[in-house]
Amino acid sequence: MTLIDSVLNGDRLALARLLTQIENDTPDGRAALDSLFPRTGKAHLIGVTGAPGTGKSSLVNQLALHFRTQNKRVAIVAVDPSSPFTGGAVLGDRVRMKDLSGDDGVFIRSMASRGSLGGLAQATAGMAQVFDAAGYDVVMIETVGAGQSEVDIARLAHTTLVVEAPGLGDDIQAIKAGILEIADILVVNKADRPGVENTEKALKSMLEMAHPTQRVYLHHGVPSPLRPSPVGRGGGGEGNMWIPPIIKTIATEGNGIAELAGQIAKHAEHLRVSGDWAVRERARLESEMETALQERLMSQFRERVPQTRYDEVMRQVFERSLSPGEAVKLLTNGRAK
Amino acid sequence: MVNPGKHGAGEQTTSSDKKIRVLVAKPGLDGHDRGAKVVARALRDAGMEVIYTGLRQTPEMIAEAALQEDVDVVGLSILSGAHMALAPRIMELLKANGQTRVRVFIGGIVPDEDIPRLMELGISGVYGPGASTEDIVKDIRNSISEK
Repeated sequence: MTLIDSVLNGDRLALARLLTQIENDTPDGRAALDSLFPRTGKAHLIGVTGAPGTGKSSLVNQLALHFRTQNKRVAIVAVDPSSPFTGGAVLGDRVRMKDLSGDDGVFIRSMASRGSLGGLAQATAGMAQVFDAAGYDVVMIETVGAGQSEVDIARLAHTTLVVEAPGLGDDIQAIKAGILEIADILVVNKADRPGVENTEKALKSMLEMAHPTQRVYLHHGVPSPLRPSPVGRGGGGEGNMWIPPIIKTIATEGNGIAELAGQIAKHAEHLRVSGDWAVRERARLESEMETALQERLMSQFRERVPQTRYDEVMRQVFERSLSPGEAVKLLTNGRAK
Repeated sequence: MVNPGKHGAGEQTTSSDKKIRVLVAKPGLDGHDRGAKVVARALRDAGMEVIYTGLRQTPEMIAEAALQEDVDVVGLSILSGAHMALAPRIMELLKANGQTRVRVFIGGIVPDEDIPRLMELGISGVYGPGASTEDIVKDIRNSISEK
């Protein structure tokens, strides 16, 4: 029996080993992704992002417990940063997820970002696909503690939660302008802390200033070819658009989790009915394909152009007799102009 | 990236230099995790990926985490004196899960006379107070290259 068959039969060790192959981008891992691909597209991918210390892991823990009461199988991919100097990492998200151990319906995998800057690791999407194919109903992806630009998660997930906490100061608007845009649901965690009203108010005013029409339909820089239908509003607001609701939670005690899970379900329904689910899937698959295409063209180029030729052209660039752009033309077309 | 390292510098393959993944866990009920954290940090600085599970783990929890994370190494921090109860149980569970290749190291307070018995169980190394983190890193690297 192959590794893939074992994974599809529910062998957890095989699953863990396949995830390692994916993470290390081995030829076997790539082949497995290819053959599992037709089985993907069923799971609900939920992204959880936010600044360090806002309670992402605790929230994921509680949400997983909640999904388990609905008999959903839950996979969690938790990304933490790699050291830029040594490449090492301490992955500590499991510390907050002890409640989930001993449950066969839950699979937690920690991964280091390995130099990626978007809040995810390069192999995160591949891992999510494996969980999807292995029959997990919900895949939660927790990003590294994110600030402004770590917005890759919105490209990967169907539903993105941005987690906020009181007491991060008045600079919230300045800091969160980037990340707020990707939120499908805003979570104010640690809602028993002083200042929670201010945080909520600041988020509300941010949402009111944002233009939901543009925000939703240029979500991935890809305008929607599909018309929305007037359903599934979250939070409130005008028109057919999804207005991100603001949910207050206390993750350590489980407060607000049922409401949050309710909004997640509502958002999934909104995506399906409005056609935005298909739009997002398409955008994601397209960017995945483009990445693969770039890699393929790059390696074809490497096979075709000998190292000596490359070095020779590179030397001319160093001497400023060719620009990098001309050098590329020379290497690909044989002419610099 | 399937970059064979040709043409240009600076890019590295992840596949050829596979990261060593280590689970650092504290089984049992004592609440002193300073040592475990120091070791976790040292392994990180040595370029390893360390999954830290925190305090008060049962052997079942540790074996489950080791499986899900597909680690190469499990490091146990035990200061309670319960190592002769905890270590055999953990080895048994790892084996039952099919993780026979995982190397297990113990750090903490372990009387000298217990060490041979732990090695018989298949523990790869035992480190007491004053052990250097360089030695731990070196021993982990060696144990991986042997397998």
